Amino acid sequence: MTAALVVAAEETVGEKPARRARAGVFARRPGFLLASLYVAFVVAVAFRPALFTGQDPYATDPAAAMRAPSAAHLFGTDIYGRDLWSRVLHGSPLTIKATLIALVIALIAGLGLGIVSGFFGGLTDSLLMRVIDVLLAIPGLLLALSIVTALGYGTIPVAVAVGVGIVPGFARTTRAEVLRVKTLPYVEAARAGGASWTRVLLRHILPNSWGPVAVLAVLDAGVAIIAIASLSFLGFGAAPPAAEWGTLIADGRNYLVTAWWLSLLPGLFVALLVLSLNHIAKTFQEVTP
Amino acid sequence: MSLVEISGLNVGYVRHRHIQPAVTGLDLTVGQGEVVAIVGESGSGKTTTGNALIGLLPSNGRITAGSILVDGVQTARANERTLRRLRGSTIGLIPQDPMVGLNPTKRIGAQIAEAVKLRGIGGPAVPRQVLDHLAQAGVPEPELRARQYPHELSGGLRQRVLIAIALAGRPKLIIADEPTSALDVTVQKRILDHLGGLVREQGISLLIITHDLAVAADRADRVVVMRQGRKVDEGDPATILTAPREGYTRQLIAAAPRLAHHGQLQAHFDVRDEPAPDPILTLTGVGKTFAVDDPRRGRRGFNALEDVSVTVPRGRTHALVGESGCGKTTTLRIALGLESATTGSVVLDGTEISGLSWRGMRPLRRKAQLVHQDPFATLDPKFTVRQSVTEPLVSFRIGDRRSREARARDLLDQVALPAAYLDRLPAELSGGQRQRVAIARALALEPRLLLLDEPVSALDVLVQEQILRLLADLQQRLGLSYLFVSHDLSVVAEIAHTVSVMNAGRVVEQGPVAQVFSDPRSTYTRELIDAVPGRRAAA
Amino acid sequence: MIRYLVGRVVQAAAVLWAAFTLTFAILYLLPSNPMQLQLAAAGIQEDSLTPEQYAAMKHRFGLDESIAAQYWHHLTGVLHGDFGDSLTQQVPVTDLIGARIGPTLLLSVCAAVVSLVAGSALAYLATFVRRNPVRIVLTRLPALGASFPQFFIALFLIQFLSFQLGWLPATGTQGAQSLIMPVLTISVVTSSVLAQVLIKSFDQTLSQPYVVTARAKGLSRTAVHLKHAFRNAALPAMTILGVIVGLTVTSSIVVETVFTREGVGKLAQEAVLAQDVPVVLAVVTLAATVFVTVNLIVDLLYPLLDPRISHTPEVVPV
Repeated sequence: MTAALVVAAEETVGEKPARRARAGVFARRPGFLLASLYVAFVVAVAFRPALFTGQDPYATDPAAAMRAPSAAHLFGTDIYGRDLWSRVLHGSPLTIKATLIALVIALIAGLGLGIVSGFFGGLTDSLLMRVIDVLLAIPGLLLALSIVTALGYGTIPVAVAVGVGIVPGFARTTRAEVLRVKTLPYVEAARAGGASWTRVLLRHILPNSWGPVAVLAVLDAGVAIIAIASLSFLGFGAAPPAAEWGTLIADGRNYLVTAWWLSLLPGLFVALLVLSLNHIAKTFQEVTP
Repeated sequence: MSLVEISGLNVGYVRHRHIQPAVTGLDLTVGQGEVVAIVGESGSGKTTTGNALIGLLPSNGRITAGSILVDGVQTARANERTLRRLRGSTIGLIPQDPMVGLNPTKRIGAQIAEAVKLRGIGGPAVPRQVLDHLAQAGVPEPELRARQYPHELSGGLRQRVLIAIALAGRPKLIIADEPTSALDVTVQKRILDHLGGLVREQGISLLIITHDLAVAADRADRVVVMRQGRKVDEGDPATILTAPREGYTRQLIAAAPRLAHHGQLQAHFDVRDEPAPDPILTLTGVGKTFAVDDPRRGRRGFNALEDVSVTVPRGRTHALVGESGCGKTTTLRIALGLESATTGSVVLDGTEISGLSWRGMRPLRRKAQLVHQDPFATLDPKFTVRQSVTEPLVSFRIGDRRSREARARDLLDQVALPAAYLDRLPAELSGGQRQRVAIARALALEPRLLLLDEPVSALDVLVQEQILRLLADLQQRLGLSYLFVSHDLSVVAEIAHTVSVMNAGRVVEQGPVAQVFSDPRSTYTRELIDAVPGRRAAA
Repeated sequence: MIRYLVGRVVQAAAVLWAAFTLTFAILYLLPSNPMQLQLAAAGIQEDSLTPEQYAAMKHRFGLDESIAAQYWHHLTGVLHGDFGDSLTQQVPVTDLIGARIGPTLLLSVCAAVVSLVAGSALAYLATFVRRNPVRIVLTRLPALGASFPQFFIALFLIQFLSFQLGWLPATGTQGAQSLIMPVLTISVVTSSVLAQVLIKSFDQTLSQPYVVTARAKGLSRTAVHLKHAFRNAALPAMTILGVIVGLTVTSSIVVETVFTREGVGKLAQEAVLAQDVPVVLAVVTLAATVFVTVNLIVDLLYPLLDPRISHTPEVVPV
């Protein structure tokens, strides 16, 4: 017995520090760090905007109208002399909350559909996948527009509309993952070991399929932000004077010649957020094999 | 001067900004018309050597020292232009896996024609030469095959096409990297025979890269044994086999049954004269029909199994042996109730299980457990060894936390792993260790029968040997019975008492291993036995 | 083969019908009071109507029928190319769309072509170049392009090319010049999406053993990339062509609004603002038709291009 034990220990090629190495990979990527910091900043702003700006987003000051960006007004001021930086920050709660609502809808519906479809297979699967095909056939923004037409304007309808639009992607990715994991030998071994399907689903299939789904969630957060901003840019967002990012950008468009910052700086703010989210998702994809 | 002269070669792979050595201080020559074999386990640097020779290292591969002269041209650190001139025309390559070695969207003929044209041939001569090369490589009906796509050809034919491509460049040296290990033994033998004949006929040098010392000994003029990037032994096959200089080579010989027994496929157990114990598992007249969706002919039935009857005696090992697609794995899955038989009966420990639902089958799970082939997929990557091993106990609600912990330690001890491994994840284990954990998990419920699906075929030979020894040891101590599925006759000779040889969904021969392997009655069994490498050891 | 063809066409028609039904359900079932919605769209105060007038209006909008009858009415109408009348403009929806489809068609086709060419070229270069910094920049570029909201790209282009440099007209539908910025805006995003998928596909293809076989023959990297990798990499990416075209079509909504182009996209935006339900239904159905048709064509072409497959593999777009 002892001899066998020694032999078994000898053929060790497995590396011990696999878990620690992964954390190190993230730390060694400055881009990833910057992106995470920026996303954290915007999310923090969304919940406590007043912490990051001393200025009232609604306080008009005709004397200081249309000022270019400066130390006093980071993003300059609009035609009423309102501070654009604080208007952007105070616009965060609306957009970020709409994004979160959209993501929650997409996650619940998409995960639900995907898991049921992939897990049960057969007729259930083909039926649900045809439903997804139909949802996919209507381009996302147009599906959202129909829902907005029916439900009216405002943050919640926009959030619902965008959420429904990204359900199909979630459902398909989740299904593909569940299908992949379901046929792996360790699932079969668990079944042979007497584990019920519920146990197999909760302990084996879900923990091993959430990786790509999580990456997609981060990517889709970016997609949702763009869609929500686009919808409010088109004029279907919250009513004035509340200002979502898209509305701010749309308003500034009339002064592009004289005051470019009114549109372009909030736009850049949004673009950076989406870029950060994409970068985070990409890093996850590259690090996890 | 030799055709290939490698001296002091160091090759490494860049990982996390460090260079991990893969080949260290290698000296190797291949003479004109000589057949040299490099033998080694995974990680020995044998494939890296081949890639360095033809200048096709992966993008993170670096030659850090030494020189490689091929036909007088320095290829170590040579630029792409120099290397390109050598590839095809001086060095041909036969890659590892024929199933993925050909471009799936290009016709066979066009893929060979590319190599012909690079020789400067043009016009109507091209198709003629393509057909010549196909015929040379032993492809029947070359005109038809040239017009087909790779997926329309069997694995063996694809390998022959790859040989044709290598020949089409009229090289002086062919590198064959595990040329046949993805193929069935009988096909493997025919292709290696053919390739050997071709190179001798045309005076081409051949460098065979293989994990199988028996293959190397059978085919090569000179054998080079590599281990962990270094050359550890070298010599002509007879010398290597009879007087190995290194302990490692001796281990390799011991692990290859045919080499160890002077070319004989000798059964480890001889139960010819013993009465068979009563059976724990009996399959009677089992048939299985799969429905196949054929786009052209619509839905139709495909008989995977026909009238298969197999018996596993208590405390013994019964092996199912045969080539891929013969139905051996389907038989095993039916025996475990993972798949239902279309016809026939399956009796496990006195209970008929065919037709039982999963719930009805559940109590019987404690009697029979499964060990899979692929050590990398058999353990949940998110489960620690402890969780994996105790999962069946949790599923059957056996014991409490403390008793399960004690049982887990006990099980690891049985498979000869230290208790410290309980907290490890599969990623932190080697292939052999994972397979040990899988066996421990299968033993958790104290089953009477283990169903082993190619449990060692994905492992290196020496690790194979250890796992086989462990299985034999467990059988003796715990009185286990095994149903052992394998394509490898030498493994079967090592572990099994009785055997069923399967072909195309039927059992062609059955009986004690000692009898079937020494005196096969069916021609198919004889063909299988003849194909097992290592005959040269007899000489 | 005929059976496969007929099957796919029937399936596409079924998906299209279901998409129409779903949109109808969203538009006609969700709002609590469709009458109110339609009156508002027509610009009529509900209180100003006598009960008789109200009933007359209800009949005019077809709202006195049951939902099922309304649905049947619409569906048969659509099959005859009749989407009913616009609520705000009192003209047949078909006429409205007919008058505006030209510029949108031109824009979408140009954008799709530019996206295909630019996306493929970028992916090809990014996987061919071996110098590390260049390669990294090229592979990261699509992620950058896909991150910018289209309205931002549009406004940036207007600011830069029209106002700063004065090269191109900022708005309008007239002339080829007015087309450049809208096409550019759409292409930045769609070509990035395409390039991302293609780069991934190329990377996978280039790591296949048959690429090693091809190089071992003595073929140059260019020949391997062009003759072996390109086709095998492009094939799976074909399945997202429908998504790409769908993206260019929906992009026209934002882009036409920003550049004030008189197209179907801007019509859709105006219709949603005015809650002009029949117009919205028509535009959505039109877009779904485009998407389904492109996918159908890809599905039917696929077996001809990939010898292994008798039907399209399922590929989840990134």
